[in-house]
Amino acid sequence: MSDWPKVRLHVVTGKGGTGKSTVASALALALATRGRNVLLCEVEGRQGIARMFDVDPLPYQERRLTTGLPDEDGGRGVVHALHIDAESALLEYLSMYYRLGRAGKALDRFGVIEFATTIAPGVRDVLLTGKVYEAVQRNSRNKSAIEYDAVVLDAPPTGRITQFLNVSNELAGLAKVGPIKAQSDTMMTLFRSPRTAVHLVTVLEEMPVQETADGIAELRTAKLPVGGVIVNQVRPRDLDADDLAAARAGTLDRDRIEADLAAGGITVSPALVDGLLAEAADHAERRALEDSQRELVAGLDVPSYELPRMAGGIDLGGLYELAGLLRAQGMA
Amino acid sequence: MARSSAHRPSRVGPATGPGHHADPLDVDALLDDPRTGIIVCCGSGGVGKTTTSAALALRAAERGRKVVVLTIDPARRLAQSMGIEELDNTPRPVTGVQGSGHLDAMMLDMKRTFDEVVLSQASPEKARQILANPFYIALSSSFAGTQEYMAMEKLGQIHRDAQDSGTYDLIVVDTPPSRSALDFLDAPERLSSFLDGRFVRLLLMPAKGPAKLMTAGIGLITNALTKILGAQFLKDLQTFVTALDTVFGGFRQRAQQTYSLLKADGTAFLVVAAPEADALREAEYFVERLSEDEMPLAGLVVNRASPDPGGELSADEAMTAAERLRRTGDGSLTAGLLRLHADRVRMVERERTLRERFATAHPQVATAVVPALAGDVHDLDGLRRVGNLLARRH
Repeated sequence: MSDWPKVRLHVVTGKGGTGKSTVASALALALATRGRNVLLCEVEGRQGIARMFDVDPLPYQERRLTTGLPDEDGGRGVVHALHIDAESALLEYLSMYYRLGRAGKALDRFGVIEFATTIAPGVRDVLLTGKVYEAVQRNSRNKSAIEYDAVVLDAPPTGRITQFLNVSNELAGLAKVGPIKAQSDTMMTLFRSPRTAVHLVTVLEEMPVQETADGIAELRTAKLPVGGVIVNQVRPRDLDADDLAAARAGTLDRDRIEADLAAGGITVSPALVDGLLAEAADHAERRALEDSQRELVAGLDVPSYELPRMAGGIDLGGLYELAGLLRAQGMA
Repeated sequence: MARSSAHRPSRVGPATGPGHHADPLDVDALLDDPRTGIIVCCGSGGVGKTTTSAALALRAAERGRKVVVLTIDPARRLAQSMGIEELDNTPRPVTGVQGSGHLDAMMLDMKRTFDEVVLSQASPEKARQILANPFYIALSSSFAGTQEYMAMEKLGQIHRDAQDSGTYDLIVVDTPPSRSALDFLDAPERLSSFLDGRFVRLLLMPAKGPAKLMTAGIGLITNALTKILGAQFLKDLQTFVTALDTVFGGFRQRAQQTYSLLKADGTAFLVVAAPEADALREAEYFVERLSEDEMPLAGLVVNRASPDPGGELSADEAMTAAERLRRTGDGSLTAGLLRLHADRVRMVERERTLRERFATAHPQVATAVVPALAGDVHDLDGLRRVGNLLARRH
């Protein structure tokens, strides 16, 4: 059973370098169980999804990307992908709601489109979130459009996430009346509802954990629903607590290790043992740091999930593996 | 490329293809050169730009230079160690610097920098009008790109002051983690194109010219905008643009000046990356963009590389031995050590491949590789260690 049964929109954020795009992708695979359609979208123009799934750069159009992680009896749903860019979103929006005709072209000619998508404060973010909103709210009236059971958004980093989701509020403050204002208000209603969850990706280091805590506080102040914390790139736990302590203190039993190595069929040299002991000491120090940061994460009072660091990098198979771990921990 | 030729098997026959690898980056030569006046650290988010900037600045100061480091958003404890807990746009001396030099540090306050620019450019009355405009308030605090623009604005200010009064001979700048790689390079041009754009002229028109200039096209647009955004929105925007019109001339001029400053001989760009596919791809973009704009690129810093395990034991051998130990049921500690070793070897190999690919594509880019420290950096000692690692030539 998923921890987030009511959530339709999963927003995934995190400090740069923590792997939020990887987690968003794995989450989309995990959510796509039998009979369920999932949309994975990105808004930062980086084509990260295309790279991760090794497909051609995504257009502003929903594309079938792949099938989800199979469930116990092999059933799979479908994951679709969408790359949202502000300019296309604005043009679509204008043609959908206003049938501007000649004026639409004039807007472009006078640089209004460019102004709106690059300069005007907040408009860019409203357009991007507006499209996400449309995908989540979509209903069966439009027969050609796919209805999604879940939408996963690979969102901007933690430092900007509240502003990003709250921006319709900000814009609404500027546009005091009119249809934009009305639409912004409706969007905020969805983003603040239990149908949305903002998940934060972190690694077990000081600054990302601090940023996660700050991000959660900001989201709560803005009344945006905080989801889970995904602790990414956790180091392997091949040593138990006693051995870690001994590794830190430099008191691991050298003779025993040498004997074991020989029993394992390895030619023992002093340099080899020195190297293994030095690696153990490094690892133990990192693990101590991880443990102290893990305690801070536990104190954040939100559900948390852990994903391992993958020494070989993450390929498509690795994404499914991460998806399996998220599902096993109840995130999807 | 950090992996020096000494580590490579000696080659027989002519060097071809990937054999062309870049030189190591000589950080101390860069810091010691009196002609180096500005060092700009750029790169994607989460690669350790801020720590790198601070470590370079401290090292330069301890080697005798008068340095100021302009950071964007340091970790709290790092900020504390540099004496910049408060965000107030004033450089503050860092205590504990050893040697004959001097180090000041400051953290960029975007909104305040923007306000200062407006106050210095406009008449007091006009400035008040601008600062109170809802458009300005939104723009100055949330416009994507404002932070980049303001970082460059502040750099220009500090540089002018330093030249006038001789306070600093080296400025180290940490750049905001841009959404699109080099927003701060684009900011001046974007601003100019906006100001010269037809849309702004259109907005200014009712205030400036007679109504008869309103062509049918313009009527269409204002009607459309009013319909979508409401009349108030358009009115606020118009007031804002009109008010800023006088200010923007100086704005644009200085943006251009800062841009030329970045291109000048005394500036050195360092692209910071992590040894990850994504970060190196971004770094590649930075490198290409800098060379397109003829910006002086000094080199690449690959941060937090997995430390080389040394020794001869391969990952496969280690895993085989660990498996053998697991089957006999003894030596769980040793099996654990072997698995850790295999993990480390795999990381190091993957990172090396990534770096070599980068070097093959960009053989002209000198590189420094900084191994990951086991702990976090949050004091001057930590920065000193990073500085040592940065300067260690491979």
